[in-house]
Amino acid sequence: MPEVVTFYLLAGIAVVASALVIGQRNPMYSVMFLIVAFAALAGLYIQLDAPFVAVAQIIIYAGAIMVLFLFVVMLLNAPQEDGAEWDRTHPLRRAGIGRFGAMLAGVLILELAYALMKVNGLGAAVGSQANATTVSSVREMGKVLFSRHAFAFEATSVLILVAMVGAVVLARREGES
Amino acid sequence: MDLRFGIQLGIIGLTFFMLINASALLVLAERKIMGFMQQRYGPYLVGPHGLLQPLADILKLLMKEELRPKGADKWLFTLAPILSVTAAFAAFATVPWGGETTFFGLLDTPVKLGVADINVGLLVVFAITSMGVYGIVLAGWASNSKYSLMGGLRASAQMISYELAYATSLAAVILLAGSLSLREVVDTQAGTWFGFIPRWLVFLQPVGFIIYVIAGVAETNRAPFDFPEAEQELVAGYNTEYSSVRFALFPQAEYINMATMSAVATDLYLGGWHGIPLLDTYGLSWVTFLLKVGAILFTYIWMRWTLPRYRYDQLMAFGWKFLFPLSVINLIVTAALVLYFNA
Repeated sequence: MPEVVTFYLLAGIAVVASALVIGQRNPMYSVMFLIVAFAALAGLYIQLDAPFVAVAQIIIYAGAIMVLFLFVVMLLNAPQEDGAEWDRTHPLRRAGIGRFGAMLAGVLILELAYALMKVNGLGAAVGSQANATTVSSVREMGKVLFSRHAFAFEATSVLILVAMVGAVVLARREGES
Repeated sequence: MDLRFGIQLGIIGLTFFMLINASALLVLAERKIMGFMQQRYGPYLVGPHGLLQPLADILKLLMKEELRPKGADKWLFTLAPILSVTAAFAAFATVPWGGETTFFGLLDTPVKLGVADINVGLLVVFAITSMGVYGIVLAGWASNSKYSLMGGLRASAQMISYELAYATSLAAVILLAGSLSLREVVDTQAGTWFGFIPRWLVFLQPVGFIIYVIAGVAETNRAPFDFPEAEQELVAGYNTEYSSVRFALFPQAEYINMATMSAVATDLYLGGWHGIPLLDTYGLSWVTFLLKVGAILFTYIWMRWTLPRYRYDQLMAFGWKFLFPLSVINLIVTAALVLYFNA
């Protein structure tokens, strides 16, 4: 069963890389591991007969957004987190906040477990295996995106535009033209 | 082993071999053409007319000492050139470079020349070339040197900016051809209009072709857009701290990227391997393809040795305020015309 092997391989890479993203002291390494996680996800999409989604994942996330991340990390030249300093003085290390964070994580795990138990027919939600190729074709996807989901699509584009304008306004200092 | 599998492996090996040699030949071609333009001979001593110069260059680079600055990041410093060259090779995987051929009757069933033919091939090329920027950015950061860092920063800003115009000009071609597969795009360009004009997309997309070439030059960091390694300002830019084989991989990636960019331009705009019917009948369509790619590569080198480098703010202003709007207008006009003529 080659599919099962590749699935567990890619899923394993994705999970391990994601864990390493938050485990790094150096932000540059975090960015690199996030790219690895995205690449593994793209592999999973290919396995699901959705090459277009996989390529879009690489172009948008691994290609564009992560380059921007890298750019920001380099531009700010963020220093490595100093281990000892962090442990002693950072406000996030105080006991009350730590407990609150642990509680939130626990709630999230419970929610996820509940949701996974409720979903027993995952195939029904995704659509049957037979029309997987038609669903994943660029033409069909474009049709659905611009007819049934047209409003959501346009609303998203306006939202992104607003965020972009907002970023420019915030970044521009007072008095500059 | 299955025979078709073996043939496919052979084609993959052949493509790899050609790309490696393309980078060596391009170094020689660059120096020869530069010499010609500056009214001198260029490399002349190694082999007849200096033809073996690339071999000597490679040997020299292999023999050199491999240095790593003390303050450099150990892992990323090593990873960066590997990433660069891997992305350069991988990008060619979905680029077809010839029609069907039986190799002069050697095979029973004709094979298609090209590593892989998948239905989103064009997007795969774009996705992988956009990953190539990581090699340069990481090299700039990991060297822990101011010049390298500036080179890396410039590379990322430049590539993000020109990728937009590049992708938008590709979208216009996709609209016209109605397919994301490079082989299908090429096959829509077979034949002629009125019996003498070849059905190449460059005649329908002249503006798109120019945008593609300009953005392609910027994407491959070639002059007049070679800011990541502007030697007057940055010593050598992102590869200042590199030496020996690690250094050699960066120019190699650059030359392979040039070859990929030219091959994609040929497939998209210049009719791919169509154009010389006589060669088609002998199954030599790939010769037509190589001739076209060679012509574009010559233009690349020609540009480098005749045009001065821009200023950095001019580059950014040109990319965002002129090239990108122009490509969007080109896309909208193309879409409107396609709708009008298809309806």
